[in-house]
Amino acid sequence: MADTKPARLDVRKTYKLFIGGGFPRSESGRSYVVHDTEGGFLANAALASRKDVRDAVVAARKAFPGWSGRTPYNRGQIVYRVAEMLEGRRAQFADEVARGEGLATGDAEAAVDASIDRLVWYAGWADKVAQVVGSSNPVAGPYFDFSVPEPTGVVAVVAPQESSLLGLVSVLAPVIVSGNTAVVLASEARPLPAITFTEVLATSDLPGGVVNVLTGRIAEVAPWLASHMDVNAIDLTGVRDADTARELELAAAENLKRVRRPDPGDEPDWTADQGTARLTWPLETKTVWHPIGI
Amino acid sequence: MTATLPAAGVDGATESPSALRRFLHGLPGVDQVGAEARAATLATRSIKTTAKAWAIDRAISMIDLTTLEGQDTPGKVRALCSKAVRPDPADPDCPRVAAICVYPDRVPIAKQALGDSGVRVASVATAFPSGRSTLDIKLADTRAAVDAGADEIDMVIDRGAFLAGDYQKVYDEIAAVEQASGRAHLKVILETGELATYDNVRRASWLAMLAGADFIKTSTGKVQPAATLPVTLVMLEAVRDFRDATGRQVGVKPAGGIRTTKDAIRNLVLVNEIAGDDWLTPEWFRIGASSLLNDLLMQRTKLTTGRYSGPDYFTLD
Repeated sequence: MADTKPARLDVRKTYKLFIGGGFPRSESGRSYVVHDTEGGFLANAALASRKDVRDAVVAARKAFPGWSGRTPYNRGQIVYRVAEMLEGRRAQFADEVARGEGLATGDAEAAVDASIDRLVWYAGWADKVAQVVGSSNPVAGPYFDFSVPEPTGVVAVVAPQESSLLGLVSVLAPVIVSGNTAVVLASEARPLPAITFTEVLATSDLPGGVVNVLTGRIAEVAPWLASHMDVNAIDLTGVRDADTARELELAAAENLKRVRRPDPGDEPDWTADQGTARLTWPLETKTVWHPIGI
Repeated sequence: MTATLPAAGVDGATESPSALRRFLHGLPGVDQVGAEARAATLATRSIKTTAKAWAIDRAISMIDLTTLEGQDTPGKVRALCSKAVRPDPADPDCPRVAAICVYPDRVPIAKQALGDSGVRVASVATAFPSGRSTLDIKLADTRAAVDAGADEIDMVIDRGAFLAGDYQKVYDEIAAVEQASGRAHLKVILETGELATYDNVRRASWLAMLAGADFIKTSTGKVQPAATLPVTLVMLEAVRDFRDATGRQVGVKPAGGIRTTKDAIRNLVLVNEIAGDDWLTPEWFRIGASSLLNDLLMQRTKLTTGRYSGPDYFTLD
């Protein structure tokens, strides 16, 4: 009797939302069950409502002046720090991705490694994107004329549905390195790595509100993001249903949001080279004419 | 509904300094825990759909749109005036606010900009916000504002005298300013953030009403905390019981710290539950605010269009 240790109680994790740097439950008090690919129970996740959307957009708008006002170098450092933190929790993420996506351990580890590498890659772009897409323009007058990319503001992102971590990082990192703030709707069926990823964000010097993550239904949450007048751009990558995507694009037209349409066909191959397309879509170009005298 | 009137009634309360003191100290004490709990309970009321739309419009029509900064330029005052007359340029059905609240030397500009729009001009006076000056200067300040055309005077009480127990001095000052302000409505600012206790808030409310205030106002907006719900509750009880005792109705104006539609609606709930719906009009209840108006307009737009609005679509002020 003396050598049997009492069984430990399960300490289950409560998956909550990530809004303004904090981890609130959904305003609605609702949650939904997340299954693994075999249909087994994984965890409960918060089921976000339109009021969570409202709160997240307010938090993102509040964070925007500070984040976009930082030097690109500093933003790059912080995104690099996110990669460092993710590296430190590699095993945990590999385990969570393996269970959530039904991958073999080796494949899940490869996905986590690719996510870390992708963060590092985009971190490097922070202070280079202006040099690549900005320009000095020859004009027919005594002006020094140059164009610089600027962040567009609050960007809503519907994250990829299949790839819960690598896909998320691949759509989120390019949005924030250039100074935008983001409201992300995580994969509907596989939201858990996204929420665990917010714990990484929260410990990486990323100011609260720069990234806000909601978990819930596309059909319920996305229309509020698309129609929100204080959201400046929306990435529909994770919307796989063509009709829904079209409706969201129509709703987004009211305040002329930048819209990134879902890629045609299946979900993109996230392990492939990403190029700069995801980096440049949420940017707007400011052109300055500066008189130089004659 | 607990009556807050002393058993002896108000007769003779202002006959002498000692009678005044006896009256004010004879007012029943405020149950602090009870007042805070009641305000917190009422704050949980959920106001939705048509009631919310009504409350938003009513709150807009009760706003004293305020700018009280050293940096107030004539242009800033004019801009605020045009916003007061037409808060939402995209919607002609949006009600105008009750008044503009400015410093005395900005009154002529506001008066000219508002014309006959029906929006009133309120001016702070009596060495706002501290009230630390001589009576002569306070009266001159008041007359200057009235002569410039102010429809309402927002005076501050001498908190130093009040806290030192010199109620007669505070009473005499309010009565003198009431005389000086003539036809203009007199709002008396108690600056509850400096009065320390709810008992003092109740005493100051009665003191101001006995001295002739048309309105009692919580705060200058320059001191924290400003208009908290329990303070507004205590003042609403005071005006209710003052009317029961004397037949004269006095208005209430919470000011400072009311920034969101939720806050404004909570105040309206409080008015309805404590004082009653006689007070639920711009004539008897005002909200002193500046940034609140944009939040109300955003909520209003959300209700009419069905989509969340943003600060980009309303003027900064």
